[in-house]
Parts: sequence; C-alpha cells; structure tokens
Amino acid sequence: MATGVQWNLITPEQAREHQVQQRQVRGAQAVRVRGLTRRFGEREVLKDLDLDIAPGEFVALLGASGCGKSTLLRILANLDREISGTVDVAARRAVAFQAPRLMPWKKVWHNVVLGLPGRQDRTKAIAALEEVGIGHRADVWPKVLSGGEAQRASLARALVREPDLLLLDEPFAALDALTRIKAQSLVAELWQRHRCAVLLVTHDVEEAILLADRVLVMKDGVLAHEETIAMSRPRNVASAQFGRIRANLLGWLGVHQPH
Amino acid sequence: MTDDIAVINTAFGQVAASNTGAIGTSARRQGILRERIKPVSASTKGVPRWLRRASGPVLVVLVWHLASVTGLLPKEVLAGPATVVSSAANLIATGELQQAMWVSLMRALVGLAIGGSVGVTLALCAGLFRLGEDLIDATMQMLRTVPNVALIPLLIIWFGIGEAPKIALIALGTAFPLYLNVYAGIRNVDSTLIEAGRTLGLSRAALIWHVILPGALPNALVGLRYSLGIAWLALVFGEQINATAGIGYLMANAREFFQTDVIVVCLVVYALLGLAVDFTVRTLEKVLLSWRPAFNGT
Ligand SMILES: Nc1ncnc2c1ncn2[C@@H]1O[C@H](COP(=O)(O)OP(=O)(O)O)[C@@H](O)[C@H]1O
Ligand SMILES: [Mg+2]
Repeated sequence: MATGVQWNLITPEQAREHQVQQRQVRGAQAVRVRGLTRRFGEREVLKDLDLDIAPGEFVALLGASGCGKSTLLRILANLDREISGTVDVAARRAVAFQAPRLMPWKKVWHNVVLGLPGRQDRTKAIAALEEVGIGHRADVWPKVLSGGEAQRASLARALVREPDLLLLDEPFAALDALTRIKAQSLVAELWQRHRCAVLLVTHDVEEAILLADRVLVMKDGVLAHEETIAMSRPRNVASAQFGRIRANLLGWLGVHQPH
Repeated sequence: MTDDIAVINTAFGQVAASNTGAIGTSARRQGILRERIKPVSASTKGVPRWLRRASGPVLVVLVWHLASVTGLLPKEVLAGPATVVSSAANLIATGELQQAMWVSLMRALVGLAIGGSVGVTLALCAGLFRLGEDLIDATMQMLRTVPNVALIPLLIIWFGIGEAPKIALIALGTAFPLYLNVYAGIRNVDSTLIEAGRTLGLSRAALIWHVILPGALPNALVGLRYSLGIAWLALVFGEQINATAGIGYLMANAREFFQTDVIVVCLVVYALLGLAVDFTVRTLEKVLLSWRPAFNGT
C-alpha cells in the first residue's frame, strides 16, 4: 500500500540542516549538482551526474524515454531523497508536471494560491491567471478546463510563487500541436518577464532549441552532450542554423536523418 | 521529421484508396445500410418520466385496495389502504406517531453520531499514521466480520434493556462502513496530487487538510450511505428489544392486538424516514462533490 499518504516526519534538526543547505546556494547558481547517483534496486538510473544552472538560465534536458529525466527533476524538486551526491537547489522553486495536477476539489484560483503563506489572495491569483491568459476561468472547477487551459493554470500556480528556479517536466507533451505551439511561446514570454532559471525536460528537439539557452542530452544516466544555443530570439525553425543544431542533437539521441 | 510524417500520410492514403477499391464499390452499388441517430429530446417525448415511474406504485396500491374491498385480502392478514390511511390519521391526531418517529429518529442519529465519530477517528488514525495502521487496521478487519445482530444478547447483558443497547447496536453497525470507506479513501488519494502539494510547500497539516481529506471525501460519503442503511436496519432490530417508545414500540403493541393497519403505518414510516435520510445524503453529495468529473447530479 505505497500510496504515499503516510510518510516519515522530518525532525526539526533535519529541517534546519536543510535550510542551511539551501542558504548556501544564495548568490551562486540556481542548481548545483555534483556526483549525483540514483539507484532503483541494482540499476543505476543516474550515474555520478554533474549539473549547473545559472540564475535566469533556460536549460532544456533531452533524452530518450526512460533515461532518467523525470528522476533527475524529481530529485531537484525534493520529491526523491534516496540519492547519493550533493544537490544544491534554489529554495524558491516551483514545478509544473506533464499532467496539470490541479486539486479537483478547489476552484482554479484556489489552486493557484494553494500553499502560499498568509491569506488566500484572490487578486494575486487572478493576476497570475491573467498573465497566462485564463483570467476568466478563475472561478470554475478544474474539471471544466480544457487540456491547454489546465496546463496554463498549472503554470500560473508555479509562477505565482515567484520562483528562482522553475522545473518543467514535459509540460506540453500531452497537448495537441496547435495548443503546444501557443504554450511554448507563452513560456518563452513568461521567462523573458520573470527571468527565473528554468529546467525544461522534454523529448521534443525543436521545442528545446526554440526555448533554451543550453540544451543537455541525457544518455545512460549521465549528461552526454551539451549544446549552447547562440541564436537570437525569437528563433526560426526553418533557418539553416536551426536545422544544423537539430540534426546534431538528433544524432546524439540516436536518430540519424537522411541528407 | 516532416518527411517522416509525409511518408506515413501517403502510406495511409494508399491503404484507404485500396480499401475503397475492393469493398467500397460493391457496398455502394447495393446502397449503404444506415441508421438514424435519434436526438435525446425526441426519445423522451410522450409520457413524462416521473409519471411513468409513479404508475407502478400506484398500481400496486390500487390492486391492494381492490383486494381488500372485495374481501380477497382479509383484514386480519393485511388491512386495506383506506384503513391504513385512517389509522395513520388517528395516530397523527393523538400525536402518538410523531412522538414515536421522533424517538426512533433520535435513536438512529445518536447511534450514528457515536458510531460515525468512532469509525472516522479510527480511520484517520489508521490512514494517516503508520503506527495507527499497524494497531488499528487488523483489529477492525477482524471485528467487521462479526454480524451485528449476533451481538444483541451480549449488548443486553452489558447494557440492560433500556436505550443503551439500542444505541450501542446502531453505533456498532455504523462505525464499520465509515471506518472502511474513510480509510480506503485516505489510502487511495491520488499520490501525484500529494506530490504536487509537497512541491507547493504545503506543511503536513496543510497537506492533510487541503489534499488528503478532500480526496477521501467521495469515499467517506459512500461510507455514510452504507452507515445510514445499516443504522436503519439496526434500529428495527434494536427496537424489538423491549422498547417503551418509538416506532418499534408502536409495532410491538399493534402486534399484541393484531392491528395490521398500525403495523403497515409503522412500516411506511420506516420507509419514509429512510428515504428522507437518503435524500439528505444525496443533497450532501451534490453540494460537497460538485467538483467531481464523474459527478453529473447537477
Ligand atoms: N519508482 C521507481 N521504481 C523503479 N524504477 C523506476 C521508478 N521511477 C523510475 N524508474 C525507472 O527509472 C528509469 C527512468 O525513469 P524516468 O526518469 O521516469 O524516465 P524519463 O526520462 O522518461 O522521464 C526508468 O527506466 C524507470 O523504469
Ligand atoms: Mg518523464
């Protein structure tokens, strides 16, 4: 019965230790990972992995399905602590998953401000929802939202926390092509405005090149390749440079295209 | 990438084209078998639904009435509807019926309140704390297999023949369905939502309040329904124990004097009280579970 309802309490000392750990990060990188290893049984999904993300940097993480991208992101989100190695990560961070994971029993705006300290601030929630373009959906149940709207609400819920680090786990993977394009440009726009560091896990090479400052390719539990995207924004998918980067990254992912 | 898609598209195109060549043309020559899809509004036209639903019970009462008027159904076996209505009016006029109803309803509610709070409290302890689960769950799973009615002799020995054994019987009966359902509800809360709650920085208490308890609510209400059903059953059994007030008492008295009309009145009252309580739970569900995607009651 491992539903995750019951879990071990953190002792106050552990909590304080944790805070100290997080305070050390301030002023330096948003993410600093050294020698991170995660095993599931005998299998090492992450092997001695190193990762740095600068404040305000947009990093995309590519990799074949099952290679450990979500595992890494869950560790950075402090959802998985059965690890070895050092993981320093911004204390103010927010996560958006592939599924929106809105609480179905809370109206959309309640979902947005859930967990914020202090009173439930409706104006704050509305402002965040306006920013992602669904201010008019504040007072409905999550069940009536379309897939794209729900994902926007989930983004609003992440951004309202004013994070230094935004962790996105394939947030557009379940959206239809048209909605996905809109959501991608929304994320680009929001990132320009908020200037938080972003780690975007994706399996869409074009999406990674469109959005990121730096693209990482994960393979066999390590970051096998790193590609800095020097193109100016907004980026043109049809340009020659884009095509070259894409072919190169696809090569690293084991996909070889003709010509 | 776009090239791949194009290839797939033409492949599908070819399959589709060859299909129409082989089967499509012969079907088209004979005309295609079609059916008309009826709009919902058309299929429910005619007699209103409530009228159709009411016709069954009305027919039963009618047959019952005819049978007793013609003497086919003797009064000693079962009084006719007319007699039942008049004796109900009598009982209401003297205030006997209201008082009996009140006493019975109170018994059921007090029993439910006691049993329900015990069941819910134990479920919270077992669902939220590992220690609680280890201590409580096995015991509850063992005890729940004992039929409540089989406990009546013990309850009489422990509590005598006053109000206490009746209420204890109801409390015992209602505690288990609530325990089982609330516990299952807590254990089955979507773990991805719990994770999401943790990434939002919810404390343990906030997580329980904002995520786990609302998530367990649908199951809890199912438990409440079962409990109410059992409370009613336990009430009927309990009131057979030397009652001095309540519907059961009214019934026991009627039995002494072969007043089948009064017995029928009491049965109807049991049924009506049950319906009323069920209606209350339905309303509660409508209000509390309107967020549910599966819920279409409103
Ligand atoms: N809780 C778990 N228990 C056992 N194996 C797991 C668990 N979570 C993930 N894995 C395994 O770890 C590997 C990486 O998973 P994941 O990080 O989800 O991949 P992805 O890169 O597609 O996000 C997969 O092979 C998966 O089977
Ligand atoms: Mg994944």
